[in-house]
Amino acid sequence: MKTSMLRHRLAAAALAFAVSQPLPAETIVERAAPCLACHGENGQSQNAEIPSLGGQTAPYALIQLYLFREKQREVEVMNEMTKSFTDDDLRAFSDFIATLPPPKPPTEAGDPARMQQGAALITQFRCNGCHTLNLAGRDNIPRIADQREDYLVKTLREYKSNARHGYDGTMAEVLAEVSDAQIVALAYTIARFR
Amino acid sequence: MAPPAATPAPAPVAAAPAKPALPPGSPLIGRPEGNEAAAKLAPVAAPPLPAAADKLPTAMLKVPRGFHVEVYASGIANARSLRIGDKGTVFVGTRFGNKVTAVVKKDGKTELKTVASGLYRPNGLAIHDGTLYIAELSQISKIDNVENVLDNPPKPTVIYKDLPKDEAHGWKFIGIGPDNKLYIPVGQPGNNVLHDANHGQIRRINLDGTGRENVALGVRNSVGFDWNPVNHQLYFSDNGRDWMSEDVPQDELNRVTKVGEDFGAPYCYQGNLPDPEFGWGHSCSEFTPPILLTGPHSAGLGLRFYTGHMFPKKYHDAIFLARHGSWNRSKKFGGDILVVHLKKDGNVKSTEVFMSGFLQNNNYVGRPVDVEIMKDGSMLVSDDWNGAIYRITYGKTHTASR
Repeated sequence: MKTSMLRHRLAAAALAFAVSQPLPAETIVERAAPCLACHGENGQSQNAEIPSLGGQTAPYALIQLYLFREKQREVEVMNEMTKSFTDDDLRAFSDFIATLPPPKPPTEAGDPARMQQGAALITQFRCNGCHTLNLAGRDNIPRIADQREDYLVKTLREYKSNARHGYDGTMAEVLAEVSDAQIVALAYTIARFR
Repeated sequence: MAPPAATPAPAPVAAAPAKPALPPGSPLIGRPEGNEAAAKLAPVAAPPLPAAADKLPTAMLKVPRGFHVEVYASGIANARSLRIGDKGTVFVGTRFGNKVTAVVKKDGKTELKTVASGLYRPNGLAIHDGTLYIAELSQISKIDNVENVLDNPPKPTVIYKDLPKDEAHGWKFIGIGPDNKLYIPVGQPGNNVLHDANHGQIRRINLDGTGRENVALGVRNSVGFDWNPVNHQLYFSDNGRDWMSEDVPQDELNRVTKVGEDFGAPYCYQGNLPDPEFGWGHSCSEFTPPILLTGPHSAGLGLRFYTGHMFPKKYHDAIFLARHGSWNRSKKFGGDILVVHLKKDGNVKSTEVFMSGFLQNNNYVGRPVDVEIMKDGSMLVSDDWNGAIYRITYGKTHTASR
């Protein structure tokens, strides 16, 4: 799907060039279509280990897009997608991401015992301090509520091992003494947050 | 990051089941429970993109009568530490980016050149005999004759790697002292933790990486220091712990009078405040008190003695301290340049806010990180929030530079 859209865009661009007409300015919605091909329509991802973008804070999205462009966060597809982005592109995409509706929790509520265990860990490690009580994030601190469970596990593990360098290093510190079992428990609850 | 095995027992919160453990590095350690105002506070991170030149807050920045502020350079993402080469090149370090930038002025034009890239938190810079020293999170490297190779710089040569890899307080300010040694701070690896023998200090090494020696102990997180041109002593800023309260501890300006002095962290802060967790069994009288308290959570970072001649005489040999500004305080404090006038004996005579305006309506429109004195006596100020460098001149000289 992504490839075909890219091909379509390239074809349109080539045609416009061929007839010597200025390419009409693409709207950000059109430009973001390839993003949503993987990250999900409306920003709720259906793909393994690919994050939902909906409701993400614009400053956090901007930081990540910047880190991708500068290859300070290494994910090949994203490094490739952002490599020719201008600063204004980064701003336009991050502002757009923030307008997408937040992801919805799964319809089934989750196992009450596991939900309670995760909630206790959220309080214990004070995730809900910086990420706010409803885990919606603020400013440079991301929304984590109802993010994909597999992406949360992956991300927390990467922060803990420092495989993913955070922007300011806070998450590496916070996770220093969070066990892998606790990471799994946290992700379960955060992904089903209501 | 887990400290090495020789570490003393971690924070006692780990032992109290009633109060669940926070990891040792967490900035949230000690955050009051159930306090809504405290829950609103979180570290403030500068945006990754530099502000456009016409969006800089220059017009809001206030300096004393007779002084002038202009933009020296913009478009340098997260501009932090500043150093100036003999030929006038301004080198700029960064904490969130991965490169060191050189600002070159030629025929009235400003050019930005990348002198090193692919680095990890290259915050600290020093320059000595034409060599640029770069401090990343956990290693020091150098580029010889740097001003001669700006267009085709070699990869920096690593000279020192014996440093912890902690993210917390791991980014560095460095400097070369009158003893021709390189001074390197290693902060405590967390907000308030008992640290091992490789943390909580300022150490010095020879320029080839040998001869490590601890110069100051009990240092929580120093990101700025300089040597008094009169008595050659080291003066350093140190940031106090978070979450104790809105108003204490205050940050410190310290003076090292003998090698190996202990300044108290984490047992005693601001010279007279035993830490509620670690202070038991200790007295503040065991430690060297600061010569000045520089305000709660104010984050005093880079500092320089003013050794130029452009500014009026009262500023000569005074300390200019960049206060980055607080995050762990409801009403933000700092975000300015403080001048510290010293007495002949090296103690503090008086202080005054020299440059302000970075803090507007409890929000930052910019945040000063470091200062540096140019050959003509004007002063540069870096602003990591906007990715810019300002130049402060005195008298009529500013018109010549326009």
